[in-house]
Amino acid sequence: MGRVNLDAPTALAWLRAFAGLVDERAGELTDLDRPIGDSDHGVNLQRGMHAVVAAFDQETPETAGAVLTRAGSTLVSTVGGASGPLFGTLLRRAGKALDGGDLASALRAGLDGVVKLGGAQVGDATLVDALTPAVEALEAGRSLSEAAEAAARGAASTEPLVARKGRASYLGERGVGHRDPGAESVALLFTALAGAGA
Amino acid sequence: MLLSHSAAVARGVADLAGQMAPSATVVPVGGTADGRLGTDADALEGAVGQALAAGEEVALLVDLGSAVLTARTVLADLDDDAPVALVDAPFLEGAVAAVVTASTGAGLAEVVAQAELARGLRKT
Repeated sequence: MGRVNLDAPTALAWLRAFAGLVDERAGELTDLDRPIGDSDHGVNLQRGMHAVVAAFDQETPETAGAVLTRAGSTLVSTVGGASGPLFGTLLRRAGKALDGGDLASALRAGLDGVVKLGGAQVGDATLVDALTPAVEALEAGRSLSEAAEAAARGAASTEPLVARKGRASYLGERGVGHRDPGAESVALLFTALAGAGA
Repeated sequence: MLLSHSAAVARGVADLAGQMAPSATVVPVGGTADGRLGTDADALEGAVGQALAAGEEVALLVDLGSAVLTARTVLADLDDDAPVALVDAPFLEGAVAAVVTASTGAGLAEVVAQAELARGLRKT
């Protein structure tokens, strides 16, 4: 499969599907955050995605890039925790890079923005561990489902790691055995993308 | 400017630092818009915008985790030459050093430098 382009209806369907998955899994995401964070990842992201859906209901952006940018800005202003700036930057940067470009390069711009913001690399037990393989899969021309599988494997890969960023980093070795909730949410983001079927 | 997850922390640190040097402007930004613990990017953006519009320079002290990310995200949206600096210092000690330095009439670079020295203050 070649370059994936995203139109506005598909982008909207993607983020609405992500909001639905976050709703279904909010409790589970918060449970993941309980031993290693401040137990608010799921509920924070849920609040942010509710605000994103409400923003789309009020005014529908006209391009796929504008859909992602709007969603990102809404997350930055409504979440209150680290997932706001991180997921917000991912979507805003991807949105700005999207129009006229393909999805893989837009998501690469989003990933670069996240890395620049938070300073995490693969292996630090953060959302970067799920995002990087998913973006690489798309860059290699693989399907959205394969990208979603790569993200899920990346999220699972955080379990044996010692976190080096965020609240979990204070725990050191005691955080080993816990999956990073941000990485799990990135896996849901790509599951939603595969389901929306760009 | 003081960005904290907690409105009470931002307010308390602002009170303490402000008492050291009443001539400096100390602006607390704490908690979320709906009164939870967390950082509010819109509130920070508004406060920074207001300070810049008033012709002020801004040294920004932040507490933990998402406060750092929120600050970087808001600062990334400003013009490159906007006189706003994110200070790499402990929140309370850095705030006191920044406010005292600012009250002497020092510029932003000096305020940031003095606040960052607070990182080395030993307590044992």
